Order: sequence, then structure tokens, then C-alpha cells
Amino acid sequence: MRAGDVLPEQVFTVTRADLVAYAHASGDHNPIHQDEEVARSVGLPGVIAHGMYTLALVGRAVRDWTDAAEVVELGAKFTAPVVVPADGGVDVVVSGTVKDVTADGLVTLALNATCGGQKVLGMPRAVVRQAVAGA
Amino acid sequence: MPVDATLVGREHPAPAPLEVTPERVAVFARAVGQPAEPVPATFPIVLAFEAMQAFLDAEQVDLHRIVHGEQRFAYERPLRVGDVLSAVMTVTGVRSLGAADVVATACEIRDAGGDLVCTGRATLVHGAGQ
Repeated sequence: MRAGDVLPEQVFTVTRADLVAYAHASGDHNPIHQDEEVARSVGLPGVIAHGMYTLALVGRAVRDWTDAAEVVELGAKFTAPVVVPADGGVDVVVSGTVKDVTADGLVTLALNATCGGQKVLGMPRAVVRQAVAGA
Repeated sequence: MPVDATLVGREHPAPAPLEVTPERVAVFARAVGQPAEPVPATFPIVLAFEAMQAFLDAEQVDLHRIVHGEQRFAYERPLRVGDVLSAVMTVTGVRSLGAADVVATACEIRDAGGDLVCTGRATLVHGAGQ
């Protein structure tokens, strides 16, 4: 990977069933990710995806882009909710570019994740370690 | 939970170590739609969440009043099946943001030998929109 490389956009459809599976897998059974009434009672626009589910989708894109390179850093702010309707799903679009590559193979990715055209992550960032040619 | 500077510096361990079993990783990997090898990068949230829940229990905060504001992981090494991980979460700061309280935390995740595997930094937003 080289600085400036544009990574192919990835689109993930998120459904309520995905959130149920993620709650089970992660242990995060916060009802704001399942129950419309509870979500609205705390001022949310509806059932929202776990921020960590969205970040996991970013991790999935990073994995694909980097051929499953070792992840050194991964993180983001959850700046806008991903509202997931009861029927069908909602698309999260993850895009990225290679921002920097160090001599020892640390690759920093500048990322973006949107839902309905709105950014849902603030300062999303990933750093992976790629094999250095000849090393 | 009012913003309370006395929260800062308090440590909240996850109640028990987490063994990174193939089954546990498979369930997580399936839920996030990727292969189980290597272990998905966000898998440590399983343990970090348990430490966070211990904090919420200690402070008698309802989980449904919390929104995750930020999460960043820095990894010393990849997680491996067979790891037995422990976590201790520390409150690193509290501040007000409009009507909400924002609690900043750091969670150190260590292996059975005590070596640091990864550090999770998170903010928990309490009471926004209420």
C-alpha cells in the first residue's frame, strides 16, 4: 500500500437482526439497540446500531483492504447514530485512503463512514502493520 | 450520575478473565460478518464492556441511559485464540457537555502473564437528550 491509495468503498446493510446477533456476541444488551420505545424514551430517534457494530464494520473493511494485516490501532468517535428501521435495513458506507506508510511498515488509513449521506464516525482511524518487502 | 470528580482514578476490573475460545471468536466474527482468523480487531470490547458494566453497576447507572461516545483500541500484539485476558477500567476524566455528562475511561487488557495486550480508550455519554 502506498500513501494516496484510494481504497474501494464498501457498503454494509445493517438490520435489526444484525443488532440482535451483535448484542449476543458482544454482551452489550443495551435495549436502545433493540427496543424502539426505550430508544425514544432516552431521546434517540429510534433503535440505533451499537457504535461498536459500526466500528466492527470499519474493521471488516480494513481487513479486506489490507489482506488481514495486523491491526495496531482502530478507533472512532460515534458522532451520529445509525438508525436501524424495524423492516429492511440501512446502509453504512465505509471508504478510506492510505494516509501514510512508514519505513517499518506502519500504514495509517484515513477513513470515512456514512449513513444516508451523513458522517456517523468522527476521526475514524486505523493503523495496520504490513510486511516490509525484503524484511 | 452527576459529574463527579471523585470518580476519576477509580479502577473497575471486569468480574472474571475472558478466555479467547474458538467458539467465542466464531460467534463474534459471524456477528460482524468476517472470518474468525485473525481474531476481529474489535473483539476486546467483549471484555472492555464487562469492565464498563462493573463501573455502571458500582455507580448505579442504567445502561440504557448511556451512549458510547468514542472508542479507540491500541494493540501491543494481535489477540490469539487461547489467550486468557483480564481487564481493568479506570475513569480518566469527567466533564459536562450540554445536559449530558461525559465520562472518559481507559481499559487495560492483559494476558495471563500480565503483559499488556491492548488498551481501550472510551467515552461514555450519560443523559444526552433526557
